[in-house]
Amino acid sequence: MAETLFHKVWNAHTVRTLPSGQTQLFVGLHLVHEVTSPQAFDMLRQHGWRVAFPERTFATVDHIVPTDSKRRPFLDLMAEEMTTALERNCREFGINLWSADSPDQGIVHVIGPQLGLSQPGMTIACGDSHTSTHGAVGAIAFGIGTSQVRDVLAAQCLALEPLKVRRIEVNGRLAAGVYAKDVILTIIRRLGVQGGNGFAYEYGGTTLDRMSIDERMTVCNMSIEGGARAGYVNPDQTTFDFLRGRRFAPQGDAFDRAVAWWKQLASDKDAVYDDRVVYDAASIEPTVTWGINPGQSVSVSESIPGDADPEALAFMGFTRGTRVRGTKIDVAFIGSCTNGRLSDLEEAARIVRGHHVAPHVKALVVPGSKEVARDAEARGLHEIFMEAGFEWRGAGCSMCLGMNTDRLQGQQVCASSSNRNFKGRQGSPTGRTLLMSPAMVVAAAVAGEVADVRQMLEQGVPA
Amino acid sequence: MSAGPERITRISGRGMPLRGNDMDTDRIMPARYLRVVSFEGLEDHLFEDDRKTNARHPFNDPRYAGATVLVVNENFGCGSSREHAPQGLVRYGIRAIVGESFSEIFLGNSAMLGLPCFSAEHAAIDELQSLLAATPTLIVEADVETGVVTAGTLRVTATVPQAFRDAFLSGQWNATLMLLDKFDEVRTVANHLPYVSGF
Repeated sequence: MAETLFHKVWNAHTVRTLPSGQTQLFVGLHLVHEVTSPQAFDMLRQHGWRVAFPERTFATVDHIVPTDSKRRPFLDLMAEEMTTALERNCREFGINLWSADSPDQGIVHVIGPQLGLSQPGMTIACGDSHTSTHGAVGAIAFGIGTSQVRDVLAAQCLALEPLKVRRIEVNGRLAAGVYAKDVILTIIRRLGVQGGNGFAYEYGGTTLDRMSIDERMTVCNMSIEGGARAGYVNPDQTTFDFLRGRRFAPQGDAFDRAVAWWKQLASDKDAVYDDRVVYDAASIEPTVTWGINPGQSVSVSESIPGDADPEALAFMGFTRGTRVRGTKIDVAFIGSCTNGRLSDLEEAARIVRGHHVAPHVKALVVPGSKEVARDAEARGLHEIFMEAGFEWRGAGCSMCLGMNTDRLQGQQVCASSSNRNFKGRQGSPTGRTLLMSPAMVVAAAVAGEVADVRQMLEQGVPA
Repeated sequence: MSAGPERITRISGRGMPLRGNDMDTDRIMPARYLRVVSFEGLEDHLFEDDRKTNARHPFNDPRYAGATVLVVNENFGCGSSREHAPQGLVRYGIRAIVGESFSEIFLGNSAMLGLPCFSAEHAAIDELQSLLAATPTLIVEADVETGVVTAGTLRVTATVPQAFRDAFLSGQWNATLMLLDKFDEVRTVANHLPYVSGF
């Protein structure tokens, strides 16, 4: 019978049906970070449980880790305590850890694919809702809570109910200045922030076919912002080329055998979906949020809708019928698991070269991992950013969620390449976030206000 | 949290109406309170930023002190997977949430803590919220098996997702022991996966 990738992977990982009716699902890869794991390890100790598959579990520090200096002990005492706790837990339970001093440290959703840990056909879990990112390589990846982190540590399994599958097809070419971030923001705007409840999103169509794995990760990353717990793209030649040669990817003949298996897993042509939507890439413009959830967005040339939520308008200081373009910004942030990869930084650097950040704007670039930072520095991107007035930081989640010292102050407005514009998200209870692509963040940083990156591109940017 | 089995069949207590759609987990538990290695004391920081700017926030209102049933609107608990949000609510004393809809991760995290989430239609939730705002001393009763939620003369038909409902009723809402129960089968499934066996 024709099946989707979701069902094939789900069935291959099903251990049994639990008395509750839920499925006991084997987890092929468990990623752990310092913020959602300490209580899970404590629960293991309380019960005297061991980690069932330590070789399938990998840890790093990203959420609280400082991005200015990684010298130990950290000046932030809580960051030091949480990092030390993870180091102790990983030592005690035999888990591979890339801590702050490791050359492989980085945001968990950046390093998983980068190291070739995340592979097609795997089930992946992590105590972080943006785990859906790993679906970009054709995995089924779930964000979980700390009690479930305990379950995966103890049993390498989750108790879950199967999801329905919605095929989201985007066809055609994206115009210059329109990026994967605009695609996913547009999808969330159209389907709503809870439109994906109960669904996994399968992204496809010629636009997705043409995207790099980095771009697919940006799309899959924000599935959860649309309510979908998982999102994926079927594995194809782009996926195989991305994985070949990576440290934890199969090597030699095993890689070819892996490709043969991965190809079988892609959704069958006549697979039946629970829902299907089709969008035209030409209808997608550079997009920016105006509200307090990621579905409250407009294209940069559009006005805020007449039925906009009053609570969001009041918090953000916007009025109906006005444009977000021209809004003065205080901070510009490029980074996060959504848009902190090398290709994001390359495009941002390409656009900012020869320009300077407006004098009143604090601008920072936070690479998603140390490897991204090294690759960017090898290409001289850090110099381009610093000459333009951006700070060049170390790897971490940073100002996406303001758990370390990178935080908005007061009512500052931030043009941000991250994933959430919730009230207080960037560390100040009254801080205001405008989500957009890294290229649009550059345009805003240079203009000092929200601007249309297409105009910068029209003025001529070296290819 | 204990590993059960503790059957959860019926929740009875005073209710607290908390109005608003898309109440995300950053609002329920701001990220700065995730700078901890235990869940202890999180109940003191529930909705902290909202409470500071709104003296009349339900969690500030002494009339609702001691409430055990929280009544919310659409897409409650969206966003981050932080268990710190439902942990804070449970530690505060919330024993059931009745609302229009819930984010899936929040729903699952809550179930793992023995906190049932009941879903009902907008009109019914709105009426329940208004009733509790007018009479905060009213006792709300929520029945996990039937999904019926009552307060005074109001009777709301709600649902708890079936798998969670069965887990609450049988006392098996904390899954770890079940997952460890047939561990040979876990090994068998793992060994059949090409990426586990090295292709």
